[in-house]
Amino acid sequence: MPQVISLALFLALWQAGSLLGSDRLLPPPLEVALLVWAEALSGALFVNLGATLARVISAFVIAMALGVLIGYAMGRSERFNKFSDPWLIIGLNLPALVVIVLAYIWMGLVEAAAILAVALNKIPNTTVTLREGTRALDRNLDDIATVFRMDRWTRLRHIVLPQLGPYIAAASRSGLSLIWKIVLVVELLGRPNGVGFEIGTAFQLFDVARILAYAFSFIAVMLVIELLLVQRLERYVYRWRPKRA
Amino acid sequence: MHDFALSLKPGALTVITGPSGCGKTTLLRMIAGLDKDFTGSIALPAHARLAMVFQEPSLLPWRNVEQNVRIAAPAASADTIDQLFAMLDLNVHRTHYPGELSLGLARRVALARAFAIEPDILLLDEPFVSLDAALAQRLRDEFMALLDKRPVTSLLVTHDLAEAAKLADDICVLSGRPARLISELELELPRAVRTKEDIDGTRVRLAELLAGGEPGIFNPVVHARAQ
Repeated sequence: MPQVISLALFLALWQAGSLLGSDRLLPPPLEVALLVWAEALSGALFVNLGATLARVISAFVIAMALGVLIGYAMGRSERFNKFSDPWLIIGLNLPALVVIVLAYIWMGLVEAAAILAVALNKIPNTTVTLREGTRALDRNLDDIATVFRMDRWTRLRHIVLPQLGPYIAAASRSGLSLIWKIVLVVELLGRPNGVGFEIGTAFQLFDVARILAYAFSFIAVMLVIELLLVQRLERYVYRWRPKRA
Repeated sequence: MHDFALSLKPGALTVITGPSGCGKTTLLRMIAGLDKDFTGSIALPAHARLAMVFQEPSLLPWRNVEQNVRIAAPAASADTIDQLFAMLDLNVHRTHYPGELSLGLARRVALARAFAIEPDILLLDEPFVSLDAALAQRLRDEFMALLDKRPVTSLLVTHDLAEAAKLADDICVLSGRPARLISELELELPRAVRTKEDIDGTRVRLAELLAGGEPGIFNPVVHARAQ
């Protein structure tokens, strides 16, 4: 019920804003909704959403895989940590825009450059999170694994991954939200389709309705992913914890 | 530790006792292969199966009791595990998670886990400490029953002299840091027939040894290889 009221309030404020202000600067909700419908009918909506989603997923998989591996390695080995730390600090502080622009310049305005640029932006954060998670691993459980001669696979599945679970979940959550924002930027700068591309075109045409139409469509997609995937994953990862009274 | 040599009799329970901080836990960890920072040698039979019960039960919190035992002992038969659970009174807790267990129960699971792999050598680090007296006694009795059923070469560390007197076949008494072997006691009377008087008598002897009051026995050097 509170969500419904909140949503209704939001729409009411939007409508009021568009009436009181200029309806070119803030088209009313109905106009935006009709545009979404039109784009859906023509198929353009799905082409663009699909392209953006594909980029988000690709970059996410690459960033998580590398971030987890490197973060784990840095947490386990002090030598590797000392060696990689300067690179990590540079990576954390390098502006996203610089990475994107350089990727396009050096690799051309190609898909690989776009996805790589997005992934490179996310990897340092993931690495830091997983490094902390690895440092927090319970040494007593490592001892158990050693004494009982558990093989690598058993250790990974029953001892390491359950402990890293919350850290991976946290990195996934923040990663997903960061990645799709950067994907929109790479699309705007150098791709011929996708939500970012449409927003870029709309910007040049001063078509605010189009901007809002695509923005909300994509937010809806990300919300669905959040509810269906991310929250389910979190519940699974935390299922053994004693429930609070 | 200093110039320490120890030999374990096969199938017997050797207890190491001594003041806190003298290195008893470190010794266990060295034998278990967890601590490699020492000079000396540890000779174990090839392919010896080692099990250890730590002071902290260290169960996997995200797996239930039965899974905890099975993960450590994948080769154990269902029969073996059933018998262990029956002897340690764990059947009703099979599907519980460690977070739901009391310390006594968690220690029982750790014991079950250790025995489930049918070890050649069993190491125990103060397994009955921090429990109330009645519960600790019960657990010791259950442990004795397990050893009875299947004798294992065991090394138990404790600072509780009465416990040492009750359970041990052999007792090694260590001094304070740097630990030296003050004395080695062989208890000939089998565990099962020791009376309270026997145990008290041994306990008093141990206390005397620890206080250094026993004449004629002072820093014997025992040269032997671990069997």
